[in-house]
Amino acid sequence: MKSDSNLEKVLAAGHFAVTGELGPPRGANLQAIKDKAAHLKGMVDAVNVTDNQTAVVRMASWAVSLVLREMGMEPNYQMVCRDRNRLAMQSDILGAAALGINTMLCLSGDHPSFGDHPQAANVHDIDSIQQLQMVTTMRDQGRFMGGAEIDTPPRMFVGAAANPFGDPFELRVLRLGKKVAAGADFIQTQCIYNMERFAEYMRQAVDMGLTEKTKLLAGVTPLKSAGMARYMAKKVPGMDVPDEVVKRIADQPKEKQAEEGIKLLCEQIEQLREMPGVAGIHLMAIEWEHRVPEIVERAGLLPRPQV
Amino acid sequence: MITAERKPMEEIFHSVEPYGKILLVGCNECVTVCHAGGRKEVAMLASALRMGRLKQGAPLTVDEMTLERQCDPEYAEELALVVDQYDAVCSMACGCGVQTVAERYQGLPVLPMVNTEFMGSSEKNGVWAERCAGCGNCVLGLTGGICPIARCSKRIFNGPCGGSSKGKCEISPDVDCAWQLIWDRLKQLGQTELYSQIMAPKDWRSARDGGPRRIVREDMAI
Amino acid sequence: MSDFEPVVVVFACDYCAYTAADVAGRMNLSYPSGVRILRVPCTGKVEPLYIMQALQKGADGVLVAGCLVGDCHFKNGNLRAAARVKRVQTLLDDIGIDGQRVAMVNVSAGQGAKFAEIATEFSNKIGEMGPNPIKQGAKAAA
Ligand code: SF4
Ligand code: SF4
Repeated sequence: MKSDSNLEKVLAAGHFAVTGELGPPRGANLQAIKDKAAHLKGMVDAVNVTDNQTAVVRMASWAVSLVLREMGMEPNYQMVCRDRNRLAMQSDILGAAALGINTMLCLSGDHPSFGDHPQAANVHDIDSIQQLQMVTTMRDQGRFMGGAEIDTPPRMFVGAAANPFGDPFELRVLRLGKKVAAGADFIQTQCIYNMERFAEYMRQAVDMGLTEKTKLLAGVTPLKSAGMARYMAKKVPGMDVPDEVVKRIADQPKEKQAEEGIKLLCEQIEQLREMPGVAGIHLMAIEWEHRVPEIVERAGLLPRPQV
Repeated sequence: MITAERKPMEEIFHSVEPYGKILLVGCNECVTVCHAGGRKEVAMLASALRMGRLKQGAPLTVDEMTLERQCDPEYAEELALVVDQYDAVCSMACGCGVQTVAERYQGLPVLPMVNTEFMGSSEKNGVWAERCAGCGNCVLGLTGGICPIARCSKRIFNGPCGGSSKGKCEISPDVDCAWQLIWDRLKQLGQTELYSQIMAPKDWRSARDGGPRRIVREDMAI
Repeated sequence: MSDFEPVVVVFACDYCAYTAADVAGRMNLSYPSGVRILRVPCTGKVEPLYIMQALQKGADGVLVAGCLVGDCHFKNGNLRAAARVKRVQTLLDDIGIDGQRVAMVNVSAGQGAKFAEIATEFSNKIGEMGPNPIKQGAKAAA
């Protein structure tokens, strides 16, 4: 084992993994974190803790990760390249590892223009692929990026994100390959709604042998309403929501749209479990943490393995 | 070339408020080409300043002069004969020109009249776009002749990020995704193998991050 | 205000507007005497600076009069002129002089009556706006 990560153990034992997501609060409210996290406890194998998601300031992802740790959960500590240079990243990683964070995710991060501080400097000292290399070098070679030796290297199970639907499509699997080559132990994808296109992506990834070198978790998000479906389809860059999906939700009366969204999600999870190369799902129930127990239950993903 | 745009008039009026007689100095190089601070723009701003200040009831004497290359001390020297007659020099050159004049005439206020923007090229008449960030270690040979630093919003070296959509960058449908352009050109050049190599983290010392830069050519510096 | 007779400088292109002014003259159509016509080969030749200098030298309003859109003898001189007039209007607004003192108009060579009408209307509008404010400022300063 490369780390003490629960996610690593679950995947290594061959279980179909389930990860969840938690957005830190926009304030110093500890109770809010605990309340949200309680819904996820025992329901997922690890919880992604977002890092200033959509470039909006929130509580530090390492701090919230520690709270989850104390609650006996496995945090997946997210770190974006937008806000810190290579020095800050490496020192944060050391601190996180020392305090018991075992799993992390490397990301470029949304551009500051999307967030609440569009004036902010856009750091991007290194990109997410270089960041992956940095973390695996720290862990496996015990060296900082600058070359100096690390006394007690951080034992991190390290992942990356992938968007199967960004353009150009032909580069999507090639870029996934670069992330694998950079040492990604696992991959979590952007939310999938276009199952056909995703299946094509997976075929290519399997053919290239990528799914033997990394564990790929397919990203899913329940559609809460027709409004949300339309927003995701039109406004989120690099998101592919087919018209039929929007229609399926919109065809329901308002009060039944959420239920239809969960039904659709359960069907998707069914299909994903059968899809070659898919090692699990990453369930992003944005501001819907309290529905997670119901969703994983209905999708037949309980109980979570104890490894 | 270096591109620039005239500052807002409100800011300009504010900066010249204390003065009664100024010398407005343009430059014949980049700022002439991008219509920001050449002879014509000097004449326009001079006229606007005179009229604006007349309207305010506080006339301003504005004399005009345009140097061959304001960032060159040899040309900045041309101001020596007249400069004593003015309360301030207002420069329409890029920041380099402003500083060259300020350095030469230490006792005189030298004010910028333009905002210096970026190093770019002309896409068509009247349109300029950023092309180079002066990183000091050019990678264009590896990226199909398209700069990932100046033209990718996240300056990523292993793009495109997940936000690339239909050839456009996640920040706006008006901005091309640099990595889409890079990929298209690599394909055209038959150099797609360059893409599969992970580009190493950049040594930013060669860029501004290493501190202010200088070039010394011993053979010329005599 | 009634004794104020505005000076309006008209930059008229040789191919259309200037000819139209000529036609108006021959038809004995009158327009205010403060309207001064300057012949230019094409409105595309009218630099923004010309407009500024006309105002600086005391004109109360400036008209740039070119051919009808699509009929420019030099293809798009009148379109360029329109874009420049817009830019000058913004600049004037920025320096506290109403940009509406400057306008772009299009007339064909035969439209003598239309020219006289436009010139009269514009002159009346400037009359209502009052004298070029820089004159007032200059007096106050003196
Ligand atoms: S790689 Fe560096 S030198 Fe080359 S175009 Fe980009 S910023 Fe300029
Ligand atoms: S969309 Fe393209 S240009 Fe924009 S940040 Fe991503 S890779 Fe860079």
